[in-house]
Amino acid sequence: MRQITYAAALREALREEMKRDETVFIMGEDVELGYAFTVTQGLIDDFPGRVFDTPIAETGFTGAGVGAAMTGSRPVVEIQFADFLTVAMDPLVNQAAKMRYMTGGQARVPLTVRTPMGCSGGLAGQHSQTLYSWLAHVPGLLIVTPSTPYDAKGLLKTAIRDDNPVVFFEHKKLYSLKGEVPEEEYLIPFGKADVKRKGSDVTIVAIGAMVHVALKAAETLAAEGIECSVIDPRTVRPLDIETILADVRKTSRLVIVDEANKTGGFAGEIAAQVAEEALDSLDAPIRRVAPNDAIVPYSPPLEQTIIPGEADVIRAVRGLFGQDR
Amino acid sequence: MSSVSRELLLHMYRRMILIRRFEERMYELYTQGKIVGTIHPYIGQEASAVGVAEALRKDDYVTSTHRGHGHTLAKGLSPDRMMAELLGRATGYCGGKGGSMHVADVAAGILGANGIVGAGLPIAVGAGMSSKLRKQDRVSVAFFGDGGANAGAAHEAMNLAAIWKLPVVFVCENNLYSLSASFSKVSSVEDLSIRAAGYGMPGVSVDGMDVVAVHEAASTAVARARSGAGPSFIVNRTYRFMGHSRGDPNHGVYRTKEEWESWKKRDPLILAAQRLGLSEDEQKALLDEGRNEINKAAEFALNSPWPDASTAYTDIYV
Repeated sequence: MRQITYAAALREALREEMKRDETVFIMGEDVELGYAFTVTQGLIDDFPGRVFDTPIAETGFTGAGVGAAMTGSRPVVEIQFADFLTVAMDPLVNQAAKMRYMTGGQARVPLTVRTPMGCSGGLAGQHSQTLYSWLAHVPGLLIVTPSTPYDAKGLLKTAIRDDNPVVFFEHKKLYSLKGEVPEEEYLIPFGKADVKRKGSDVTIVAIGAMVHVALKAAETLAAEGIECSVIDPRTVRPLDIETILADVRKTSRLVIVDEANKTGGFAGEIAAQVAEEALDSLDAPIRRVAPNDAIVPYSPPLEQTIIPGEADVIRAVRGLFGQDR
Repeated sequence: MSSVSRELLLHMYRRMILIRRFEERMYELYTQGKIVGTIHPYIGQEASAVGVAEALRKDDYVTSTHRGHGHTLAKGLSPDRMMAELLGRATGYCGGKGGSMHVADVAAGILGANGIVGAGLPIAVGAGMSSKLRKQDRVSVAFFGDGGANAGAAHEAMNLAAIWKLPVVFVCENNLYSLSASFSKVSSVEDLSIRAAGYGMPGVSVDGMDVVAVHEAASTAVARARSGAGPSFIVNRTYRFMGHSRGDPNHGVYRTKEEWESWKKRDPLILAAQRLGLSEDEQKALLDEGRNEINKAAEFALNSPWPDASTAYTDIYV
């Protein structure tokens, strides 16, 4: 099968959906040129009048996205760095998420907000955060965190067609990652985890770029005789807890790898749900591998210190066996 | 010579009466504990909502504010289902899930009252984008107050509408107080409409107690928007006759009795009745007609069922 990058896969999804439905349009900062991560590059040539550069005004243009979505359009709003979601919190949390409920089911808000998250080297505290846990706390929003080119394309197409507001968290480190993406059209449903690897000893749940860290760790651990499952939820809201629970019931051990800060982070939510539903299946405490409430530092060695790496995952997994191994 | 016919003025007078009576009855129901939470009466500002709404087509869009009952009634929502919403009943426009600050009828172009000051402006801009992109000629009106005018979202929304020449009319109801803060405390300019120049759009300030003046300004701005020429900014200078919300007195704390009385003399209902040359008996008949209609609406609402508990968790997602 052909291999394309995560960024190219996203671009294909946008192109296909814009071709399919003329109510889809794109707005955001630098989207006409496709800065900062090339995703929207060239789309303005194919769809003139449907790709708009905006002023640097996330409150205004995200709010406009809500209004456009309520009136028959399917806007795809780009927030150039996920950190800038803070500037668009009112339109997302108070408007997009609640509009359908507060109107008693009248409104539909088919808005997709795409945004790059995570550490990618030297972008420091205001351009590197992983903030999906905040938005996952808000009923009314759907939260997507693709880890591969295949998932990025299939999930973005689903997001654009969905009648609910979707916040689509792309990981900056993954844009250049290549992977298999079929030529023919496909969609990936929300709320369906992908079991990347099956193992009998430990369940590792990993989100976004952490999926690749977990897979590498699982390979090393397999050489030591510890077989890990690696599960990518792909969407954290809705969360496919059933797939996670089924695997934990077999392995009896759970490690969650997340780039979001530990306190109040989504890893804690997964841990809580597993503890509520499957505590008696567990042979060891649930472990979270996540930044220990860090502010992302600028200097490369400092940044490396806070991002969960393969060694951190391996240490956490080995720790689950205590005296056993 | 006014562009407003006697027939239209009489119609607008009746619409203003309907809003006045609705708000009076709402206040009673609130003090009786039948309406919960909080309320923001629109009494005194009726000319603004009616003068603008009568310049609109049925399919035009409106975003409103926490003080929104006037806007939604003026745009044509029925007082019975509105009152039911305020009473939290199943028959309300939003099934009791929104209440006073979130009345909406999306099919009627009413994209919602809004509890966040300034949040409606970007939403109106988005509706304007839909209209323009789909080559419709629907106009979008954002109502907001002097408080909302100072929110960052207002600046961003006006700039967006201006650069994209969207069919949006920004209607600021300057009632001189943002919550308890007087206008002079929170604005360094006396006439907010001069801000329009900063976006390259026309701006005008009118007597917001005079429904004819409001209607004329709104008609000009709506025609401009519909023609594709872009947005406008209107400031209706007005006054709320009641406090900001529940429990806030009409005067005596941050507004003087003298100021309040001087504005009461310019009650939009009185001004309209004078223009129409209505006798006291004629006015009374119309005021009674409004009361009767609102009493029926309240009756409907009070006799409506509560929403079923099972609906607390519905309508979160499509």
